Amino acid sequence: MSESVSQLSDVAIDASSNKPAIELRGLRKVFRDQVAVDNLTLSVDYGEVFGFLGPNGAGKTTSIKMLMGLVYPTSGQARLLGRKLGDRVARRQIGYLPELFRFHEWLTGREFLDLHGRLYGMNEAERRKRIPDVLALVDLTAYAHKKIGTYSKGMQQRIGLAQALINSPRLVFLDEPTSALDPLGRRDVRAILARLRGEGVTVFLNSHLLSEVELSSDRVAIIDHGRVAATGRVHDLLARDLRVEFRLGSLPADLLSELAKLVEVEQVVEGQRTVVMARAASEEAVAAAVDLLSRQRVPVYGVTPERRSLEDVFVDVVAPAREAGR
Amino acid sequence: MNVAIIARLTVREAFRRKVILGVVLLSLAFIALYALGFHLFRDNYLSLEARRAARTGAGPAPSYAVSASAMVLLGLYTVNFLTGIMTIFAAVGTVAGEIEAGTLDAIVPKPISRWQIITGKYLGFALMLSAYIVLMVCGVALTAHLVGHYGPPHLVHGTLLVILVSMILLSLTMLGSTLFSTMTNGIIVFMLYGVAVTGGLVEQLGTALNSDTMVRIGVGSSILLPSDSMWRLASYVVQPSLAISFIGPNPLGTTVPPSDRAVHYSIVYCVMLVIGSVLVFQRRDL
Repeated sequence: MSESVSQLSDVAIDASSNKPAIELRGLRKVFRDQVAVDNLTLSVDYGEVFGFLGPNGAGKTTSIKMLMGLVYPTSGQARLLGRKLGDRVARRQIGYLPELFRFHEWLTGREFLDLHGRLYGMNEAERRKRIPDVLALVDLTAYAHKKIGTYSKGMQQRIGLAQALINSPRLVFLDEPTSALDPLGRRDVRAILARLRGEGVTVFLNSHLLSEVELSSDRVAIIDHGRVAATGRVHDLLARDLRVEFRLGSLPADLLSELAKLVEVEQVVEGQRTVVMARAASEEAVAAAVDLLSRQRVPVYGVTPERRSLEDVFVDVVAPAREAGR
Repeated sequence: MNVAIIARLTVREAFRRKVILGVVLLSLAFIALYALGFHLFRDNYLSLEARRAARTGAGPAPSYAVSASAMVLLGLYTVNFLTGIMTIFAAVGTVAGEIEAGTLDAIVPKPISRWQIITGKYLGFALMLSAYIVLMVCGVALTAHLVGHYGPPHLVHGTLLVILVSMILLSLTMLGSTLFSTMTNGIIVFMLYGVAVTGGLVEQLGTALNSDTMVRIGVGSSILLPSDSMWRLASYVVQPSLAISFIGPNPLGTTVPPSDRAVHYSIVYCVMLVIGSVLVFQRRDL
């Protein structure tokens, strides 16, 4: 017992250091001759909400299953909370909601949480205190005494989320946490994610609902064919390759060519106002373009950035690879 | 601690799924039927004896113990057979079924070793099956005592051997459940169980017909799955020697008991199969 306590404090040291909460290096999984995950390398810092995206069959769930000890990596290294995969002290501080959530249907919600609390090594007093809290968190207090077999899909997903949080984890893996939830349920999960972020919990979120990931995540990685195809802060990804519409006064030809050095001009429509459609590499490039136009005394009537969504980024990253593969 | 949690979960599942309730009700029905059968047997036997004594003027024949022993053997055989079937049905999907359903996905990532999951499940089943066997043997023995006024010898030894039969089948079924799907495992284990029973019968016939080849076939099947040989040893120890020599080689028992070495082999067989289950499950992707 005393050893466990000292090991737990080791993890606390890891958190205070600059080591990431999740660190994957060259993680690879091959099923017979099928490469499911290929050289997956990424890191997630403590306290981040990290979106893990990719098309069907990209290797997302296999990656998470490797980290959860359900599937063994063929090669590569991974550390969670600064410890090797499978380390029991680290596992005590990790929560996991599986994608295909199926639980022991003959247990009541409360018994199910009690079982998982026991598996985490929580004593009776801790379980008695924590179970009502997580039941309330997922709005299942009124159904705690009912068997899970009688729950709807959405309720089963919520009790699954409760078991992932029963141990007050420092790192949570949520694999499609809202797949069975209605819009209200999804909003509740977003609120839970915000609360976890506020508590400094690291969240690794795999979801097909990109709008949700966009709202909840600090950083994302888009993987395709088992590799990281793009990664970065959500804000940076959305700002990258910006489409902008400039509504201007008369624009001399030489100034247009100057402008084209700062942004990629796609279309110019002459009229009462000159409308320039362009792509910019960043928000800074747009600012530089506006600055140029102002200095040259070209009236700027409007600069309208086209709001990109994470879905646009996702399609831009994944579609070319898909096209090439055809 | 984790082993105890999984063992408790296994027992709880059996209760919640009403497996225990169904088994208890059917077992009570069996004991009632058995008691009625024993009562009718004793009545008929005594009236036959009385008629024979009246006809010949001789005293009571010493063969009642032989016949009563056969009735006890029949009862214990039924207990052994039912437990064998129950063992296979209970454990056939214990790992494979959970992998197929996905329920292990939330358990395995917890701070628990995979060997603890296997050992916990084994322990849970072993406790339930052992308790069931003890209760059923007590039911048969009490019936024999109260209705038949007969007490079989070496009942504790016999009970332990019937428990060993169940543990052999449990070990095999657990190993199969880590290797195969539920359906494939069920088919394989039942076929092996059938081979063991048939091998035992062939061995008894071989003994009666003095055929070494047939006896060797029986021994071979006992090596493959020693459940039937352990049952035959159990049947041997719970019968008085008079009954064994009077009845001779028969489908339910034996006149040539398996040796101590066979018992040791069976225990090692169980241990090796459980270790095999752990090793397979330890390496398996879920």
